[in-house]
Formats: sequence, C-alpha cells, structure tokens
Amino acid sequence: MTVEVRTEPFDPWQAVARYQVGVLGQAGKYGATGVFVGTMRDFNEGEGVRAMTLEHYPGMTERHLEKISQEAAARWDILDSLIIHRSGTMQPNDPIVLVAVWSAHRGAALEACRFLIEELKSRAPFWKKEALSGGERWVTHSTSG
Amino acid sequence: MPITVRYFASLKESMGRDRDTVAASEVSTVGDVWSWVSGGSTLPANTLAAVNMEYVEADHPVRDDDEVAFFPPVTGG
Repeated sequence: MTVEVRTEPFDPWQAVARYQVGVLGQAGKYGATGVFVGTMRDFNEGEGVRAMTLEHYPGMTERHLEKISQEAAARWDILDSLIIHRSGTMQPNDPIVLVAVWSAHRGAALEACRFLIEELKSRAPFWKKEALSGGERWVTHSTSG
Repeated sequence: MPITVRYFASLKESMGRDRDTVAASEVSTVGDVWSWVSGGSTLPANTLAAVNMEYVEADHPVRDDDEVAFFPPVTGG
C-alpha cells in the first residue's frame, strides 16, 4: 500500500508497470488490476484552461490517503494499492492522479478503485486553481463524475 | 507552546496570510479560534476545519501545541 504526492509530472502507466514489478511481489497472485487515471482537461465550466496549480496540505494529505487505503483493504479482498497525486503547476494533458488496485478477481479491484478515487475527491485536502486566458480562478467544487 | 492556525487555498488569499498563532488560554474550541483570527465571526458553513490534520467540527476542543487548519471545500483528483 503506497501513497505519494509528486511535484513533477509523472507517467501513470509506467508507475503501474514499475509497481507491479518492483514493489508488489505478488506475481501469479493477482488476476485483476483496477486503474483510474485523472488527466487535466483544457476546458472547465465552459472556459478554456491554460494551466492549473494544485495546492495541498502536506502531512494531512498523505495521512488521509493512507487512511482511505486502509479502509479499502479492510472492506475488499485486495492485495495492494497505489495512489499517486500531483501537486504544483501542470498543463493540459498532464496526469493529475493515479489510483491502482490489485486483487485476485475483478470485482474487488474495480470497486475498491472507485471507492478510493471518490473518497480522495471528497475529502483529501487538495485545491485546484485554474489559469484562464483572462486571469485565474479557484475551482470551488468537483464535477459529479 | 501556542496554537498554530493555518489557512489554505482561497482562504489563505482572503486572509492575506498563511498562518497565525493564538495563545491556548484565549480559546477553548475550534470555533473560538476562528472567532479570534477573524475578528469575531462564526465559522462559515463552507469552511472546513482540521485539528492536528484530522477533520473536526467547530465545537472540537483545542489545546496548547495544536495545529488548527481552516480551508475551503476540497477539489482534488
């Protein structure tokens, strides 16, 4: 179970592949990998977005992500999970967040993955500020999904 | 040690600073801390509060050395 906040761009697909090889150590045990990747759009609420800055609360963020990872492990029969979330300034098409869950069967992997991204979005202390052509604005709420 | 009060995101901008300190003898709850730093107002419904990095409500008690944080609704993911 790993959580990480990164200030630099990252490749979520490479992160999943590396984690499976280097950390998971469960070759032959997992039959399902549930993955969610959130990517920055170049539009929001009807306006073009040039860039975005993600602020967070260091310490509380990691604590919250660890807590929801433990909740997922208690609730579903999963082997491991990985959450990586960006902070700092990013451009459209940059990955924002990766949630990956490994389990023996697909149900637990997909359900735990959905649980983790929804819990992250509703409670993890991150805040987005968008740069538009005419200035900046804080994002005040998440989309309904 | 006094209580450290931290602000994030749009609240940090509207406060014009990222932190304050408050003597624990002046306050007994999170709501008191907000009242102290905001000049007497009650904690707005759309402002979240944490003590030592755990979410709490306005009636949560505070003590010496606590880190109290106030911030707007979160928008990660």
